[in-house]
Amino acid sequence: MQNLLAPGHRACAGCAMPTTIKLVLDAAGPNTIVVSPTGCLEVTTTPFPESAWCVPWVHSLFENAAAVASGVEVMLKRRCQDTNLVVIGGDGSTFDIGMGSNSGMFERGHKITYVCYDNEAYMNTGVQRSGSTPFCVHTTTTPTGLRSLGNPRPKKDMPAIALAHKVPYVATASVAYPVDLRKKVKRSLDVNGPSYIQVNAPCITGWTFEAGTTIEIARLAVETGLWPLLEWVDGELINVKKIRRPKPVEEYLKIQGRYKHLFKKPDGADAIKEIQLMADANIAKYNLVD
Amino acid sequence: MMKVVEGSYAVAHAVMCCSPDVVSAYPITPQTHIVEHLSQLVADGELDSEFLTVDSEFTALSVLVGSSAMGARCYSSTTSQGLALMYEVLYNVSGLRMPVVMTVANRALGAPLNIWNDQQDSIGARDVGWLQIYAENVQEAVDATPQAYKIAEDPDILTPIMVCMDGFILTHVYEPVELLDSEKVKSFLPPFKPADILDPANPKTFGAFADPTTYTEFRYQQFEAQERALAKIEQVAKEFQETFGRYYGGLIDTYQSEDAEVVIVTMGSVIGTIKDAIDQMRAEGKKVGLVKVRSYRPFPVQALRKALKDAHVIAVVEKDVSIGMEAGLLTDLKSAFYNSQIRTPIIGFAAGLGGRDITIKDIRSIVEKAYAASKGIEFEFEFLALRKEIL
Repeated sequence: MQNLLAPGHRACAGCAMPTTIKLVLDAAGPNTIVVSPTGCLEVTTTPFPESAWCVPWVHSLFENAAAVASGVEVMLKRRCQDTNLVVIGGDGSTFDIGMGSNSGMFERGHKITYVCYDNEAYMNTGVQRSGSTPFCVHTTTTPTGLRSLGNPRPKKDMPAIALAHKVPYVATASVAYPVDLRKKVKRSLDVNGPSYIQVNAPCITGWTFEAGTTIEIARLAVETGLWPLLEWVDGELINVKKIRRPKPVEEYLKIQGRYKHLFKKPDGADAIKEIQLMADANIAKYNLVD
Repeated sequence: MMKVVEGSYAVAHAVMCCSPDVVSAYPITPQTHIVEHLSQLVADGELDSEFLTVDSEFTALSVLVGSSAMGARCYSSTTSQGLALMYEVLYNVSGLRMPVVMTVANRALGAPLNIWNDQQDSIGARDVGWLQIYAENVQEAVDATPQAYKIAEDPDILTPIMVCMDGFILTHVYEPVELLDSEKVKSFLPPFKPADILDPANPKTFGAFADPTTYTEFRYQQFEAQERALAKIEQVAKEFQETFGRYYGGLIDTYQSEDAEVVIVTMGSVIGTIKDAIDQMRAEGKKVGLVKVRSYRPFPVQALRKALKDAHVIAVVEKDVSIGMEAGLLTDLKSAFYNSQIRTPIIGFAAGLGGRDITIKDIRSIVEKAYAASKGIEFEFEFLALRKEIL
């Protein structure tokens, strides 16, 4: 595996983000330009005068990566330059503050692979709720309390939003499934238009789990049906990662601090049932079990 | 060849002559005609640019960050609310030292909503690290465009520029204009060759974060570049004169100011009215003159000290207000004089806000007030022609 993200960056031990970047860059290769929004990725990989990036990389602001990439893309086309163009950003910029910018990029049809490393909250600012935060997750702005079980809303369905823009390639992936992730990135780079790939990327400080269990947790998200691995081409669901025997969601929830209140509070059991229903709905909707 | 054209067309034509690689813009009154004309020039094959119609002004300028990082010559245009929406990107473009040129069709900001001309938008953006040139008429807005690229793209400057022209008054007026000759512009304006671009053969990182040990030095380098721009703006204005035969001053220009007792200091299209008023008053024996500020950023401290040192009284007329403390040009001018030998009384007027006409009568009243102030200042700053009856 070629390593295009140099060691020595400042991401936390156990963070899924650098692993995700390495896999994406391994698939894309050195002839790639990366655009990133503000976030953990940017602050941990580019403290001036250092940089971990072995490919050309540009960061402008929190909410404009897709717009900046659009400006790069038109120049690649103008110069007939055959270089891959990838945005790598977190869920805060992707789901929330950069939504207008993303929508514009999707709608204009730029040839850009947009990879969201989704850790399901604003981690760079200290674990605040984002539009990607799942139901009943404890964050610092959706704390648990006497009248609260954490985030009261389910996760925003960003792939559906991309699909509604007729984005020709949309996929979900996981840091725990590197072969699948690499394959999806490669496929996206052959698409003559925008692609959106949403990668489940656990955050050790935000989700609070044992160091060394990052991949296990990401795998459990898939095996419970909470994070189905899907692939759409031209709006058609063409590939679903099957689960042999779905695991109960408790197995995924109980090893993460962000859900621990569900196992202590009296109304936690009902919430766990609701989360199980969400997993079951995915299993039924995407036919995850043969 | 002189042609009677709309101001917006003349500017679009000037942009075409500068051959930008990328034009990115979002429509907003009164800027719209500029980008409409540009898109037609692209549609007709006269302008070979990538033209992006985007989802907001915020995106319009963000796109140019990407294109500029690829080494593109970039253009955009906006005004008012659009410039305000770009605010975050304005700092980013200047901090990344990207020589973007943007026409600002000056307009008031809401609330209350108002689409007419004043200069609150760009004066409000005076600290964002961009150079700002204010045009007196359409010809000057046209001619400032290739000058702006030449200044911005100079390796010693590498700083974005706003070419500010009064909305409607200049963007929508039809007047005789000498349209630029593309071949002449090519000889005047060299191609943009940035030292650093996004290139997989030579990967570089753009937009790293800087901690307290280095951040100040980034700002200092921008400050130094603006100081270097003082000489560059003069030099480029003279080079333009050599090629095209037109000159409007570099940093400032003057009209009847040499022996003037009262000197009006201002920017933009109101200068035409002021010159007419000065002609009338001169005929009546009143020694009134004008200093036009063409470059507001960098602020031409030395040039203004020199031009205004013999005035008996100075009246600043400007289309903006800093709510809570006078207005931009007035405060800056007083600041420029504070540590000099100049002790001339200075008074200021917020005028023409939200598109209210500034008439010759208004200018005459300003001059009367200035004469009175030369005998003792009773007010330093006021709203011109305030309608007290509707307050």
